[in-house]
Amino acid sequence: MNSTITSTEENVWGGGDNQPLGASYGKMMMWFFLVSDALTFSGFLAAYGFSRFKFIETWPIADEVFTHVPFTHGSYPMIYVALMTFILIMSSVTMVLAVDAGHKMQKNKVIWYMFLTVIGGAIFVGSQAWEWNTFIKGDKGALETKGGRILQFVKADSGERAALKDFAITIPGERVEHENKNGVWFYDEGYVPSYSVKEVVKGFKANSNILVRTETINEEGHKTLLSRGESLKKLENATQVVEGANLIHNEYGSRLFGDFFFFITGFHGFHVLSGVIINLIIFFNVVIGTYERRGHYEMVEKVGLYWHFVDLVWVFVFTFFYLV
Amino acid sequence: MAHEHKLEIFRGLLKFKNNTQKIWGVLIFLSLVTAVEVVLGIIKPESLTGTSVLGMKLLNWIFIILTLVKAYYIAWDFMHLRDEKSAFRRALVWTPIFLVIYLVFILLTEADYIYEVYKDGFVTWNF
Repeated sequence: MNSTITSTEENVWGGGDNQPLGASYGKMMMWFFLVSDALTFSGFLAAYGFSRFKFIETWPIADEVFTHVPFTHGSYPMIYVALMTFILIMSSVTMVLAVDAGHKMQKNKVIWYMFLTVIGGAIFVGSQAWEWNTFIKGDKGALETKGGRILQFVKADSGERAALKDFAITIPGERVEHENKNGVWFYDEGYVPSYSVKEVVKGFKANSNILVRTETINEEGHKTLLSRGESLKKLENATQVVEGANLIHNEYGSRLFGDFFFFITGFHGFHVLSGVIINLIIFFNVVIGTYERRGHYEMVEKVGLYWHFVDLVWVFVFTFFYLV
Repeated sequence: MAHEHKLEIFRGLLKFKNNTQKIWGVLIFLSLVTAVEVVLGIIKPESLTGTSVLGMKLLNWIFIILTLVKAYYIAWDFMHLRDEKSAFRRALVWTPIFLVIYLVFILLTEADYIYEVYKDGFVTWNF
């Protein structure tokens, strides 16, 4: 730190004049915080690995779950997550450029690079919100059995996934959603799926091109397809229609998959959000010249460490959630 | 504050003139690694998914190794660990590595045991 500090109070807050291991007090404490945070994330990812190894034969295949790209239709597995990864790495780069400009005391460059970093972070958080929305809304729909397993549908001729709306037959007089204006009890009921189990089964019987796909992964690494006969037998066990995902049910497969998706990407997204806010604060401090007066831009470096850490964690989340 | 930057990566194979150049160099490298991961993830070559090393697909091992490579360059060059004193660096890096390996070993072994119990047990859970 600089030697002009005279008051003892400030001296203690800054960790004194000695710098163990050549790192200033603030930077060292940021590093120690990051180490503990890294252990928290490792705990989550290890728990994910635990659940996955427990249900290794039935775990959803991530490529088949995350296939959407905004403003387009069709199936593009991985593309959007890869783009998000690139955006986050890019904002990490502008951050490290800001730190570099700070070392050279180039205020205007620091301002611009910090600004770009904040923009990159905001785009990433927005993308994650979009991912969550898509995941919660769901795509094709599925049935859940008594044992809590998921049955999905596939078109026999093309091998593509079939959505419930492609084949389910609406039965007149099936029950409608209860609204508070209709009842003695003035509350709404929760969400009623677009089709009932009966309607899906009826549609299945009428359309011979549809097969059931179970959660079980076969030796080639694909989900098992049942024959027509097996499918019909399996459908007898179906108890409810599942569209989209929440913490209790999801149409993608193992319920824990949905839980870990919300938990891990949510915790990471919260880190990104707080990172964006901290970056904004530092950005305004740079603009009003706080660090110019202080004589060094170490604060930018510290917040930069946090921002790179967020990127670092995403690299691991990307691998273990989307790739492996 | 460390103003001195070590300007070489890949053990001196690639030297940069200044820090800004090094940052862009590392970005290009990280983007390349990500691109390789995504391409492998989309095509999933038969030769890599078919072979199993230490109970896991070869492809997954490649993903994990590439991730560690990326993590190394983010920590070393973006977070300037390369410029810190080696004692500080070791304290920060080896502590979590040791703890994580320990935790992952225990949890995955236990999970595999539970998987066996489900598979060989007499209670049906997949119905």
